Amino acid sequence: MTFTLPPGLALQKVDERIMTLNVGPQHPGSGHMRIIVQIDGDYIVACDPDPGYVHRGEEKMAEYRNYITNIPHLERPVIHDSCNVLYPYVLGAEEILGIEVPERAKYVRVIASELNRCIYIMYWLAIYGIFLGHSTMFMWPAGDRELLIDLMEKMTGARVTHAHFVPGGVRNDLPPNFEDVCLRQVNYFEKRIKEYAAVFYDNPILISRTRDTGVLSRQDAIKYGTTGSVLRASGVDYDLRVKEPYDVYDELDVHTNVMKEGDSYARSRIPWLDMMESCNIIRQALQKMPKSGSVRTKLKPNPKGKGLNSVYKRVESGRGSLGCYIVSDGKTEPYRVKLSVPSFRNLIALPNLLRGEKLGNMPSVYWSLNYWPVEADR
Amino acid sequence: MSTETENPPADAKPEVATPKPAAKKPEETPIELPAFEKSISDKIVEKFGDKVEVGFVKEDRVRINVGRENVHDVAEFIRDELNYDHVESVSGVDYPQDNEIEVVYHLGSYSDSSLARQILVLATRAQRETNPIPGNDATKLPTLRDVFYSVEFHEREVFEMFGVFFEGHPDNRRLLLPEDWADLPPLRKDFAIKGR
Repeated sequence: MTFTLPPGLALQKVDERIMTLNVGPQHPGSGHMRIIVQIDGDYIVACDPDPGYVHRGEEKMAEYRNYITNIPHLERPVIHDSCNVLYPYVLGAEEILGIEVPERAKYVRVIASELNRCIYIMYWLAIYGIFLGHSTMFMWPAGDRELLIDLMEKMTGARVTHAHFVPGGVRNDLPPNFEDVCLRQVNYFEKRIKEYAAVFYDNPILISRTRDTGVLSRQDAIKYGTTGSVLRASGVDYDLRVKEPYDVYDELDVHTNVMKEGDSYARSRIPWLDMMESCNIIRQALQKMPKSGSVRTKLKPNPKGKGLNSVYKRVESGRGSLGCYIVSDGKTEPYRVKLSVPSFRNLIALPNLLRGEKLGNMPSVYWSLNYWPVEADR
Repeated sequence: MSTETENPPADAKPEVATPKPAAKKPEETPIELPAFEKSISDKIVEKFGDKVEVGFVKEDRVRINVGRENVHDVAEFIRDELNYDHVESVSGVDYPQDNEIEVVYHLGSYSDSSLARQILVLATRAQRETNPIPGNDATKLPTLRDVFYSVEFHEREVFEMFGVFFEGHPDNRRLLLPEDWADLPPLRKDFAIKGR
């Protein structure tokens, strides 16, 4: 088959001073992606992110499976945040199939999604620590994360990929005595992450490496359409749990963490503050949750949508707003599923943040974007 | 909306032609439309008249269907007058039975707090060409990159997954697929998964 190169694929001629450097996809500092940087001495003059090394065609697969069998594979983009990445799909499927969710299931979902948010952020924090050369910050979050993973295992039966949310509620009710164990573990967890301030966030070396690097102004954060911790670190007060509350978030008191600096330090601190907020939300939800009741509305076999219909649902995941656009044509399978993922949306900020930075600052800027390559590629 | 259907794709599988999500017609209006959302759609209809078509007005969601020749003007109006400032998602949807590819922009606003819950769905359709390689006969749409900067990577993704060439986009390269991908754009309906 004859193939002509699209415009833009032609080779670029660059200055003799300027060297092109491929960071990744095998380099551990870039995750599963390649960042093509052009450097002049120590300074980055241009950056071209090249994702796609872990593209698995989740959206295409979703067109061949029915609304229930889509669940296990749609959580694969971010297995550490698997409840949150599935959440908008489940909300959208409920609207298309016309299912009501029991009250208790909504609280269970909120607890599970907040626990998952903490699990994801701890994993991200471990990576962020190790790429800044701070080995303690790799060990501590990786270890403390186990507390919450054990909780999720008690709740869902699986440590990482839970497949717990289904249209109509959650798969299983909470095990007996879960509330007490959860409260105890979350309280200990919160006490524990507060200790990270002394070793990491107040560490002068960390501050010197991240302060004023990769500054994203408020206007640019809005213009690039960034989301989540990147947006809130640039001074935009936007959290979907407050702005467009889904399930029972409107009954809970959620505080949005905002910082004005917009540098790597602010972007790395916001997720840590979010974890403490998650602990607050979990405690509130445990208190307000109905003590008994159904957690799942039974579905008919092979549920179908009604006629041509489309729905766009979004939730606040560990990285930011995660949207799911589902088009249904009245069959058992969705006609089209599109995941609009926060990593992909934040990626556009990377070339603009790295331009003019030193090459040595690349890890601190790149990982502060809260970027998960597998999610961006889907 | 284009209604030409005399060139059905030669290699379209018969089973993908059976679903009939036809071009959106103005559906029966519910008795009570949400007032704020209705005011947004009214402003657009007032400005553009019958060039635009209101797909639906639901709670927090307004859908506007517009032809490809007017999508740029409508987007500029939405940005300048209605304060939508970024794009949340750009999705392509393939309708081989209509011989069209729909591109759906989900627009949101950070700077206007009254719009924080709102998503404006701007949908446009392009004539679906069977030759997916961008050339003279490619499926083409005007880019919105100069209106909303944030569509840059999203439009690159739609370009490679659906073969929709965005005219005026500064960087029309592949993003997720390999550079030497020489098959159909994979999210088109006639790209079949083996064994399914």
